[in-house]
Amino acid sequence: MLAKLYDWIDERLDITPMWRDLADHEVPEHVNPAYHFSAFVYCFGGLTFFTIVIQILSGMFLVMYYVPDIDRAWDSVFYLQNKVAYGQIVRGMHHWGASVTIVMVFLHTLRVFFTGAYKKPRELNWIVGVLLFFVILGLGFTGYLLPWDMKALFATKVGLQIAASVPFIGGWIQTLLQGSDVVGAQTLARFFAIHVFFLPAVLLGLLAAHFIMIRRQGISGPL
Amino acid sequence: MSNNEHDVTRRQFLNYTLTGVGGFMAAGMLMPMLRFAVDPLLQNKTSGKMVAVTNVSQLTNEPQRFTFKVKKVDGWHTFEEQKIAYIYKKENGEILALSPICTHLGCTVSWNDPAFPNEFHCPCHGGRYTKSGINIPGTPPPEPLHVYDQKVKGGTVYLGEDHPRGGS
Ligand code: HEM
Ligand code: FES
Repeated sequence: MLAKLYDWIDERLDITPMWRDLADHEVPEHVNPAYHFSAFVYCFGGLTFFTIVIQILSGMFLVMYYVPDIDRAWDSVFYLQNKVAYGQIVRGMHHWGASVTIVMVFLHTLRVFFTGAYKKPRELNWIVGVLLFFVILGLGFTGYLLPWDMKALFATKVGLQIAASVPFIGGWIQTLLQGSDVVGAQTLARFFAIHVFFLPAVLLGLLAAHFIMIRRQGISGPL
Repeated sequence: MSNNEHDVTRRQFLNYTLTGVGGFMAAGMLMPMLRFAVDPLLQNKTSGKMVAVTNVSQLTNEPQRFTFKVKKVDGWHTFEEQKIAYIYKKENGEILALSPICTHLGCTVSWNDPAFPNEFHCPCHGGRYTKSGINIPGTPPPEPLHVYDQKVKGGTVYLGEDHPRGGS
């Protein structure tokens, strides 16, 4: 039944080469932990991607209950965590996953650094990687405000204060991020928009660029 | 060991086990999220308490409009929902409390509209009902107006949930 459906589509669109290209792509021996256990360090890139997938999935489900309003944000988070089935797990995935993502990005960066994989011809992918790192930090920063509890509020005040310390334009950056002259209703709405629409869109674009470049250039050779 | 007499090759075996284990891991991730999302389907309904609406002495043989409030919990939002009832005493003295929610598509009907005397009339698609809430054939509503659970205690009329009456 499924095979027939597949054949029906394949006959019209010739989709086999699309996935074959990925499925038949060989993993070089020096990055395969089955040959050299120490090659596990090459897994951190994939693990970063995996945790990002978890963040995006769990985030999509959280927004089903979350509301970005100062009167209600905290109550909606309380409700989704304590009253909705598996709320603790889904919020837990997103909450802990955020930290795990950042740890994985860091380990991946260390691997790239110490294997010298950033050198010519892969300089551009290092730059894209740095941008990805900033976008992920941005997601962590904007997401942290969303539960709208005391920790969220003061962490954001501190973060905005740091942004304000940029020479000359700091004040503007702060007002732009804060959306107001206090950390309040408009800040929360803004951070929400940035957290669930703007940064994920940029993140996906950068990831695509990252992966296309890896396919073009291959993984850097053995040490 | 050779696998000549077995029909599972090493490649197939690995494919099956990896797909199986991967499937379990994916399910372990997705199940909580899906259950989380369908939670509204599986929450049990809380039935509200009966609410005092009016005094029996106020009631006549003519449907009158009364409003009352019931406490509602909508996720993280608790509020008082305003409800409407048309209440009157039938010839035999029984009290009938009708819900004004049109059984066609949910607009609100009103009693004794100048253009439709002695009927309930719905402005949305022209649904009409008799005084006792029975839908008039040839108009859109498929069934009579719902009736509230009611009780009288110490001269006060209390209303609860509304229910369909069946028939048409
Ligand atoms: C790499 C990607 C992401 C990171 C690092 C991240 C990080 C965070 C962090 C640190 C929090 C605060 C959690 C807490 O204190 O419990 C948060 C909350 C939240 N995030 Fe994300 N996030 C990411 C992607 C997304 C995406 C794609 C969405 C939606 C499509 C999303 C939706 C939410 C929502 C609704 C909340 C508020 C609920 C809560 O606080 O539990 N996130 N995020
Ligand atoms: S909703 Fe009342 S007639 Fe359609």
